Amino acid sequence: MAVNPEIQGRVFPPTAPYLVGREKVREFSRAVFATDPINLDAEAARAAGHADVVAPPTFAVVVQEAALAQLLAEPGTGIDFSRVVHGDQRFSFTRAIVAGDELTATLTVAAVKSLGAHSMVTAQTSIVDSEGAHVVTATSTLVVRGDE
Amino acid sequence: MTQAPDLSSVSVGDVVAEATFPLTRDSLVRYAGASGDFNPIHYRDDVAASVGLPGVLAHGMLTMGLAVQPVVAWAGDPARVVDYQVRFTRPVVVDPETGALVTVVAKVGQLDADARTARIDLTASAAGQTVLGKAQAQVDLAR
Repeated sequence: MAVNPEIQGRVFPPTAPYLVGREKVREFSRAVFATDPINLDAEAARAAGHADVVAPPTFAVVVQEAALAQLLAEPGTGIDFSRVVHGDQRFSFTRAIVAGDELTATLTVAAVKSLGAHSMVTAQTSIVDSEGAHVVTATSTLVVRGDE
Repeated sequence: MTQAPDLSSVSVGDVVAEATFPLTRDSLVRYAGASGDFNPIHYRDDVAASVGLPGVLAHGMLTMGLAVQPVVAWAGDPARVVDYQVRFTRPVVVDPETGALVTVVAKVGQLDADARTARIDLTASAAGQTVLGKAQAQVDLAR
């Protein structure tokens, strides 16, 4: 089944707030080979002017995930998860994520394109803090393989 | 603030950082737990084989996550990476015994010494082939 082109422009409801924990940031940092003390040590982070440990740039994917799950669970999109390949990914920051942030993600289907038998779905997730201020936009292109 | 590199001493094309990351199956399990991505193609040979893959693959987001670390080290603060994008062009197959080596070379792609910003272009390769395309990190050293 092809991806339903009518989902382009669709905006999903904001996800439940995600509270960024200091130990989660440290765990994620170790998993991506981040060794900067600003990622790992709250004192070092404060000395560099941050409120707490700073998450590695790609940590935003953890927050984006709940928004993507909404899209993948939605009936009628024609997106078969078993055929999805992650095509590309981008993070554009207004500021870095730090431990203590309470983040909410809102996904917009920015584009649906077909490329032969395949479809490309661009999902743009805007992540804001508890004040509603923009932190980062995470953009994923999902390639949905069609029947060949 | 942590000391930022002096952009007046670098030019477009300069290699500013390089690193090699040894990935093992343990690395993949650790990333699965840390990220919440438990797709079994990243830790089960039987599942990887059943969907026609050449072996267990590293999460693309793990490769993306580690590839920016040399840039963070050069910039002096992870918060100075203000934009980061990659295209996933080839999978990284992680052998159960020997693992995989991912090599990252970070070069200056664009430079604005006055604004203290730079675009750093990354080449990430494993087993002699590049695994990421259009991998670019924008850094703002004034932050």
